[in-house]
Amino acid sequence: MTPETEEELAGIIKGADGPLRIEGGGTRPLGRSSNAARLSTARLRGITLYEPGALTLVAGAGTPLAEIAEALAAEDQRLAFEPMDHRGLLGTEGVPTLGGVVAANVSGPRRIQAGAARDFLLGVRFVDGQGRIIRNGGRVMKNVTGYDLVKLMAGSYGTLGVLTEVALKVLPAPRCTGVLRLEGLHDADAIDALCRALGSPYEVTGAAHLPPNEGGAPVTLIRLEGSEASVAYRAAEMQALLAGFGAFTLDTDPERCAADWAHVRDVAPFQGRAGDVWRLSVTPSHAPAIVADLPGTEAIYDWGGGLIWLLVPEGAGAGAPEIHAAVATRGGHAMRIRGDRSRAMFPPLAATVAALQDGLRRKFDPRGILNPGLMTPMETP
Amino acid sequence: MQMPEPNPAILSRKADLVARLRKVLPEGAVIDDVAETRAYECDALTAYKCPPMAVILPGSTEEVSRALAICHEMGVPVVPRGSGTSLAGGALPTADSVILGVARMAEVIETDYTNRVIRVQTGRTNLSVTGAVEEEGFFYAPDPSSQLACAIAGNIAMNSGGAHCLKYGVTTNNLLGVTLVQMDGTVMELGGAHLDAAGYDLLGLICGSEGQLGVVTEATLRILRKPEGARPVLIGFDSSEVAGACVSDIIKAGVLPVAIEFMDRPCIRACEAFAHAGYPDCEALLIVEVEGSDAEIDEQLGLIEAIARRHDPVELRQSRSAEESAAIWKGRKSAFGAMGQINDYMCLDGTIPISQLPHVLRRIGEMSKEYGLGVANVFHAGDGNMHPLILYDANKPGDLELCEEFGAEILKLCVEVGGCLTGEHGVGIEKRDLMAYQYGPDDLAAQMDVKDVFDPGWLLNPAKVFPLDASDARRIA
Repeated sequence: MTPETEEELAGIIKGADGPLRIEGGGTRPLGRSSNAARLSTARLRGITLYEPGALTLVAGAGTPLAEIAEALAAEDQRLAFEPMDHRGLLGTEGVPTLGGVVAANVSGPRRIQAGAARDFLLGVRFVDGQGRIIRNGGRVMKNVTGYDLVKLMAGSYGTLGVLTEVALKVLPAPRCTGVLRLEGLHDADAIDALCRALGSPYEVTGAAHLPPNEGGAPVTLIRLEGSEASVAYRAAEMQALLAGFGAFTLDTDPERCAADWAHVRDVAPFQGRAGDVWRLSVTPSHAPAIVADLPGTEAIYDWGGGLIWLLVPEGAGAGAPEIHAAVATRGGHAMRIRGDRSRAMFPPLAATVAALQDGLRRKFDPRGILNPGLMTPMETP
Repeated sequence: MQMPEPNPAILSRKADLVARLRKVLPEGAVIDDVAETRAYECDALTAYKCPPMAVILPGSTEEVSRALAICHEMGVPVVPRGSGTSLAGGALPTADSVILGVARMAEVIETDYTNRVIRVQTGRTNLSVTGAVEEEGFFYAPDPSSQLACAIAGNIAMNSGGAHCLKYGVTTNNLLGVTLVQMDGTVMELGGAHLDAAGYDLLGLICGSEGQLGVVTEATLRILRKPEGARPVLIGFDSSEVAGACVSDIIKAGVLPVAIEFMDRPCIRACEAFAHAGYPDCEALLIVEVEGSDAEIDEQLGLIEAIARRHDPVELRQSRSAEESAAIWKGRKSAFGAMGQINDYMCLDGTIPISQLPHVLRRIGEMSKEYGLGVANVFHAGDGNMHPLILYDANKPGDLELCEEFGAEILKLCVEVGGCLTGEHGVGIEKRDLMAYQYGPDDLAAQMDVKDVFDPGWLLNPAKVFPLDASDARRIA
């Protein structure tokens, strides 16, 4: 089913007599698989409002992300939260949509400085599991009128309602990007360096550490964005600040810089390789110890250590119980992004939190027809 | 403003309630003396007052939990209170309610510069969070104008903003974790020192829920390293339209100032008379501030100046030093005090799309004539958050009512042009009855569904946010 209007969508949900699988572009099949009837937002598309001077864009949930990026680029603006493209990692095809990005709260390396998708969401329209058409938030940057269901919808994976329209805050694109690079740091030193960089006044917009690439050395990357003069100044200050770790070199070539961060954003080192992939959100300085607890795995650190992408080859000494234990003792959560989809993939939840989550789901989708089973939390060990 | 009638059955159990609360709370943490409870009869929306049945001042999450469990069991409404600086009546009690004040929970629990977070008890004031980390060169970004007094608990309840949110966001963008106590006493942790909590974004839902979903006793907040410096430029224009166009051009040019403040002529004159900041006597004034090293600031201010010059400003003054910066901010920072000197006023808080600025200012001017009440405008232009100050005479019978009616019309105008009723103060009781103007019945029902899940008995701050007729069936069920 591919409704063309919000009313048509509401009619479909009201009349549904079985479970529905909500789909944007179909590029992020996360969580438990389902053979429910497919309900696509692909035809709820198009940019309905774009005011560059107000940093505001409103578009249908099914609007391809590429269409939005193109419109923004024409005004030297962008989506600052840098949404990841999951196709390479998950081996999927299709076209990523705005609704999908919001439903999964997809962000990228700049999340550490600019915020996540949820931080840029100004308003939503959606149809809940009862078929109610609901509006929350609006199109202005400051809005505390009533409860913030906009945040609730971000990252709820279509389990509370089907997004039809989204209003976003956008930001100017910088004129210059600089990437500082150093090879050969051990994980612990690299995270130490990244934490210091992020604790400096020089506005780091990317802080990642990548494992050795085919016999090469591990690479630590720091991104700075702004005017040419500002990037040059901050890069020099940063090189001095981190001199004790080694000599970071500066690259300001636009294409290479963009490629570097697309590589981190899309978890390129793990694309096409066998094994499960996990995504861990942790306290940055604890990241190396967590990874050290999980022998046989390979890690990419983003967000200065706060985000760990973990490749777990078959037969590695670390499985779900070990991963959850390593995270739980230090604070954070772990989700299996790629792997056996007959089992739960979402992070475990405390019983109190799970009770609220279930309560909300029953309110918005009393028949349990929207993406049933999708956000089922994994069992804790 | 209508509030529900106090429930006589609850009032009759006051002695029993107070005795039970005293058993679980320390000496002096339960106040039931009528004279003493009067200190809690209102917040900063002083036009409405009502002493609560009792006041409790717990000192820990554990005590909050025990006290809430008792109120829950006895069916007594609880009104959480931070520092009582709400301009929307968010902490206004009813006669049959217990005020739960967090003022005795003001400790810093942990400061972690490596991971750039601080964990505090929520009775701590906003400014003293920055105070706890500024020696190390850090700060907490949200800066509501009441920051000297307002508590983090209230900031979370109202999702408070401030002058610098164009760059740093509001409370919800700087809040990483909370300890939440539900009405039945259940304690839970949401989020922490990591980003993006697991499951639904309950943290995002709690923030801005006006104390209706739970009591937040501890919070993990993001702290940031202070920029190397900051300096403003002051730009005067002979029309508000031109000032509005200039704001839009600055943003379109890709400069992202940390603040863009706007003042109109009545406000400029009042501030000038009060603070002698040396402001030009013109129709509209912008204060645009940027951050960075000296050279970075010069570069950005140069760009802004070039854009402003295309709009023929009547005055353009770039700060070159800390003293000049202070002089430029002096008038703006005293705006509310200055207006208070010359008049009683009501401070509104709507947000509009920036493109609608000239239209909205023109309409407010017209309505000002119709109502015969003066208006001064001062606001955060970068994000469209307006603070029209309506001037009235509190001693003149009927003037407050007229002022409220005028205020409601302005807020409706904000909604009509694509904006909203409140940008950072919250709904409380002040805008409660206007909610149906912004949201349809299903939109409101969806929000009230959330309250049903967190607080099925509707005991936490019950008569706020939602129009009484819309929430009646749920509150009284």
